[in-house]
Amino acid sequence: MTAGGDITAGADITAAERLAVSTDQDVVRVRQLVRTIAVAAKLGLVDQTKLVTAASELARNTLVYGGGGVVEVSRVENGRRAGIRIVFADQGPGIADLELALTDGYTTGGGLGLGLSGARRLVDEFDIDTEVGRGTTVSVTKWCR
Amino acid sequence: MERVPVLKIGDILLVSIQIDMEDQVALQLQEDLADRIVATGCHGVIIDISALDIVDSFVGRTLATIAAVSRVLDAETVVVGMRPAVAITLVELGLSLPGIRTALNVELGMELLALERDFDLPDDDDEADEAGATVVAAP
Repeated sequence: MTAGGDITAGADITAAERLAVSTDQDVVRVRQLVRTIAVAAKLGLVDQTKLVTAASELARNTLVYGGGGVVEVSRVENGRRAGIRIVFADQGPGIADLELALTDGYTTGGGLGLGLSGARRLVDEFDIDTEVGRGTTVSVTKWCR
Repeated sequence: MERVPVLKIGDILLVSIQIDMEDQVALQLQEDLADRIVATGCHGVIIDISALDIVDSFVGRTLATIAAVSRVLDAETVVVGMRPAVAITLVELGLSLPGIRTALNVELGMELLALERDFDLPDDDDEADEAGATVVAAP
């Protein structure tokens, strides 16, 4: 089950860094890595803040709902635009009802239910691939203006 | 695990978050603050987030919970120092922090709490409240 478009079409990946996410501390490391790369890519301050916030939400989802996983952060280029792509992959239970999971306020974990839906609003491209029993992969991209 | 210090200044507890908090650290802060409110009898809490470059839904929820718990314990919470980019991101995320008082900096937060406390007291002079902002500068 997927939502969103094929975000990698025509984009060149120039560098990638990977982090395993298995503890709270790893979520902090993801935030710091994304911040560092966003600054290096010269993303504007508000866009940096949005991307790091989205990364924090999604990394926490990978940990809490996916039981841990891997986060990969890359610089991408598409024509004249530079951007940052982050992929969050877990081999957890997957999401049975994706549409419901993307609804504001829906949660199975006692949170606010804003992680997935909120993160989607904070990035330019959002793609989710999930299968019950196999896991979930979320890819997001933010482009420099 | 790191811990966020809670400082007592007069009738106010001041917390300045200077680290990128793990979720567990945020929850610990919530507990520490509730304990300190009861132990000190303080009526105001100021949380300075000017050093935070993001506030995600977890931290946002923690701030809301701290404000609600404080209120139950007879203390008012003011969150101060939010960066403009953080405010924009929070609102877009879908979190407008209802029920949380905010001020632009610690000083204004303290004024807000002082005014609030005055309102609670049985006043013999109604004008005293309105003049609250100028009273601060008066001898």
